[in-house]
Amino acid sequence: MMTSSFVPFADAAGSVRLYGGPTQAASGHDKGTIRVALDETDWSALMLAVRDGRDRAAFAALFRHFAPRLKSYLMKSGANATKAEDCVQDVMATVWHKAAQFDPERAAVSTWVYTIARNRMIDMMRRERRPEPEAMPWNEEAEPDQADVYAAAEDSRILSAALAELPEKQRHLIQRAFYGDLSHSEIALETGLPLGTIKSRIRLALDRLRAKITES
Amino acid sequence: MKTRPSIRHHLNDALLMSYAAGHLSEAFGLVVATHVTLCDECRARLESFEALGGAVIEAEDEAAISTEALARMMARLDVPVVSAPPKAARKTTLPAPVAAYVGGDLDAVKWRAVGGGVRQAILPTGRKATVRLLHIPAGQAVPDHGHRGTELTLVLRGAFRDATDRFGPGDLEIANEDLAHKPVAEAGEDCICLAATDAPLRFVGLMPRLLQPLFRI
Repeated sequence: MMTSSFVPFADAAGSVRLYGGPTQAASGHDKGTIRVALDETDWSALMLAVRDGRDRAAFAALFRHFAPRLKSYLMKSGANATKAEDCVQDVMATVWHKAAQFDPERAAVSTWVYTIARNRMIDMMRRERRPEPEAMPWNEEAEPDQADVYAAAEDSRILSAALAELPEKQRHLIQRAFYGDLSHSEIALETGLPLGTIKSRIRLALDRLRAKITES
Repeated sequence: MKTRPSIRHHLNDALLMSYAAGHLSEAFGLVVATHVTLCDECRARLESFEALGGAVIEAEDEAAISTEALARMMARLDVPVVSAPPKAARKTTLPAPVAAYVGGDLDAVKWRAVGGGVRQAILPTGRKATVRLLHIPAGQAVPDHGHRGTELTLVLRGAFRDATDRFGPGDLEIANEDLAHKPVAEAGEDCICLAATDAPLRFVGLMPRLLQPLFRI
């Protein structure tokens, strides 16, 4: 199952492993010992190493990347530093314990981590119930489709690039919507321009998801 | 594959984005979650907005994290988490998010008459907006009303028409203050809707206005 997204162990990983302690032995269904891809920027490979190998070094690398960014996002969304850091700990604990739910065909790591952080933030700050759509019966074929795994990561890269390329003022509008500074009516009034730009880039993602959903 | 109704009236970007950002009121969130449950297209659009949230995270500055944060995190990994056993999903005719608020299926709804044969049941949510189930007998009209804020009306069963169009199962009407409308349930089948408002409705006739405080509509 986890084959092509893994590359042989690279020695660049040494420093990472210091934090993680011994990596658990690979589970039986793979040949040989899994030494995870520790290219520290391949979040998907790191996340799969956490999911399938319970790899602490990979988890530490993900923590180092996401924790400071999540803290920044949470503080801009209204949490103080202490609360934000507690929330980051909860979010990353969920990433570890619910790793089995990570599906690289469906979402990039950043998307998955984002939704966990958003949900935790609502639970902490709003104390309301959080209505969620019924889960889709997802098409869980035995072999993950590597093209879809690639496409999900690629969509996420395209979105990041589209966001980065927006004029600063427009990018800031999008960010403010995510920090909760804009009501839905304000989003409708103010974000037309940047959303138009971004939507012209995410058509691919829509088509892929739509195709994926209707297969099931 | 489930056969889904052919939905013609969808969520707009502002509602999807606000929901994806986690900042929509609970009442509106319930309508969004219910429409997304019924509509594959809006589900895909929602997931794209969530991916945009991921891109926002990636673009964040790196806030300073306390030095012991990683050690604290790693120490926590071995602490087993007790998670509630997943509830066995009962098959309901109501979409799952609505069933969760009703606490059962249609027969568990506690209806109250609001006049003209129309019945409603207000669902318990946070107070920023309200959401209710409406039962409109076939051929009946909901009293003429305008809105101060936004009103979302999602058809769960049957269909209604107003001056703008026909709305069938899964269709969502987004009405703002410019729209004074008089939805009429189609003949043949009672219409059940999930309707949310972020401001009280303004009924045009005198009597319904007097009744408004009583029924919270």
